[in-house]
Amino acid sequence: MANHQDDKIDKKKRSFLIAATTVTGAIGAGAIAVPFLSSMTPSERAKAAGAPVEVDISKIETGSMITTEWRGQPVWIINRSKAMLDDLKKNDLNLSDPNLDVISQQPNYCKNATRSLKPNLVVLVGICTHLGCSPSAKLQTQGDMGENWNGGFFCPCHGSKFDLAGRVFKGSPAPINLVVPPHKYINDNTLLIGEDNKG
Amino acid sequence: MKIETKIKKNKGGLMAWVDERFPLSSLITDHLTEYYAPKNFNFWYFFGALALLTLVLQLITGLLLTMHYKPDAELAFASVEYIMRDVSFGWLIRYMHSTGASLFFVVIYLHMFKALIYGSYKNPRELLWLFGVAIFLCLMGEAFFGYLLPWGQMSYWGAQVIVNLFSTIPFVGPDLSEWLRGDYLVSDATLNRFFAFHVIALPIALLGLVFFHLVALHEVGSNNPDGVEIKKNLDKKTSIPLDGIPFHPYYTVKDLIGVSVFLIVFALIIFYMPEMGGYFLEANNFIPADPLKTPAHIAPVWYFTPYYSILRAVPPILNSQFPGVAAMGLSVIAFAFLPWLDKSKVKSIRYKGNLFKRWIALFVVSFFILGYLGTVPSNVWGQFSNTIPLIGGVDKATVVARIFTITYFLFFALMPYYSQKDKTKPVPSRVSYK
Repeated sequence: MANHQDDKIDKKKRSFLIAATTVTGAIGAGAIAVPFLSSMTPSERAKAAGAPVEVDISKIETGSMITTEWRGQPVWIINRSKAMLDDLKKNDLNLSDPNLDVISQQPNYCKNATRSLKPNLVVLVGICTHLGCSPSAKLQTQGDMGENWNGGFFCPCHGSKFDLAGRVFKGSPAPINLVVPPHKYINDNTLLIGEDNKG
Repeated sequence: MKIETKIKKNKGGLMAWVDERFPLSSLITDHLTEYYAPKNFNFWYFFGALALLTLVLQLITGLLLTMHYKPDAELAFASVEYIMRDVSFGWLIRYMHSTGASLFFVVIYLHMFKALIYGSYKNPRELLWLFGVAIFLCLMGEAFFGYLLPWGQMSYWGAQVIVNLFSTIPFVGPDLSEWLRGDYLVSDATLNRFFAFHVIALPIALLGLVFFHLVALHEVGSNNPDGVEIKKNLDKKTSIPLDGIPFHPYYTVKDLIGVSVFLIVFALIIFYMPEMGGYFLEANNFIPADPLKTPAHIAPVWYFTPYYSILRAVPPILNSQFPGVAAMGLSVIAFAFLPWLDKSKVKSIRYKGNLFKRWIALFVVSFFILGYLGTVPSNVWGQFSNTIPLIGGVDKATVVARIFTITYFLFFALMPYYSQKDKTKPVPSRVSYK
């Protein structure tokens, strides 16, 4: 082809080739980044692990709670007494979101004053909505939580406070109320967490 | 001059054979026997070499631990106990690694403090400093990922909180933290990938950065306690710096003394107080991880506590925790800006004025107080009485943390101002040396 006498460099051709090679290389690197990065997202097994959990609720005494596990998270079932339910209203003034305006924090069927299907039994994901610690139960009134305490939960990590319906108090670092997971009652004594009738 | 020595040494034999194929002799002369370092190095100049030693120790003990450790949520905790009880000298290797992590930070903090007081980040050493900051960030990542591996309560909840910090970033946060965890909560998938980061990704990045750090150092040469550039005063005949001495044997021997003392301290800690009263290994981490129960008090290991204090001190704004998270990130990244914040005409604290010295002192005090507050619950000193306006009912420790968070940041933010206004002393042309 070209011999040594007329090997003039075609700079336009050269810069076109450089640009084309760079672009092709960048597209290739970008394309392989997709599988690499998505390999780190939750796997199919992790996604499938959210199977519903059946819980026997017949043995929860009034005024106490049990903790069960769903999707690896603690889920609390609290059997609130009449007095506890009456006290809920007293908290309203000190709550960030007493009217449950943040939609994602509970299914529609629990958007009510007690945040529950059955008034006494509330089901809550026991994970603080701040940075994911599990709050400690402080079900009794007063005690080490001060005179105005009507029972609820206290997060040991950064001090968020919640009432017995999992509603967050003003001044807590947690931005929203505790989450109510989807759930339904199979019969009077059995609760199914992770599945409901409405979708 | 360099060419002469090369010819001199390439006379024959094995070395000559190697030198024709690999620049071994010239590497040794350029970086050891004829690498000239200022002759006035003092105590503070031990810590670079000690950091390198600690890195090597961590790599070796880490490699040995990997041979017995199982990165599996079901097995991890028990495998660490197995190392401690059944593997020959497993307890020694594990305590060397856990103590080494803390001492690595001691050494790095002292190394950084050296740069701070002698202005070692200033022109022409900005890149050297930036590589150093990158090493520091890598080290923090390495420590964080490594702390999850024993799968104790503190491992678990520490990782839970730190990964959730990312979820406060606007828009991409929740997806980002899910991507980091590989699950909807800290789980086996998280442990497995943190292990991968801890033993493969970050060590490789660290080694690369340390290499660049040393390349940059040997390009510009070491600073010294006087902040005088020794390359400005060369011997006219040999063009060797008049204030320089060959790194080997002078500083290799000096560093050997530092290494001996360091290893004595290291051994005392390993043998007599490997947990360091809960500061190096926290008590809660001897309880297996329980995703259903958060310990009553969670705190990071001591080397993260100043930044953790800053995180807690910043109140949420508009229902968002992001300002606190951003402040914590900035408190670490701020070091990277030092070369451009310090407008002083002189490098070393020896020739800086009282203004600068006071700010450094205030910064050190802030760092220690924030560091202490990060180890204790925020209600440790109780609350202010309700009758006081503004701060009534607020945790006393939180108010103190807020004050020192402000002074911490003012040290950086006001530096362009006070470093210019500072009355500096004249710098001698040669290093001072007794």
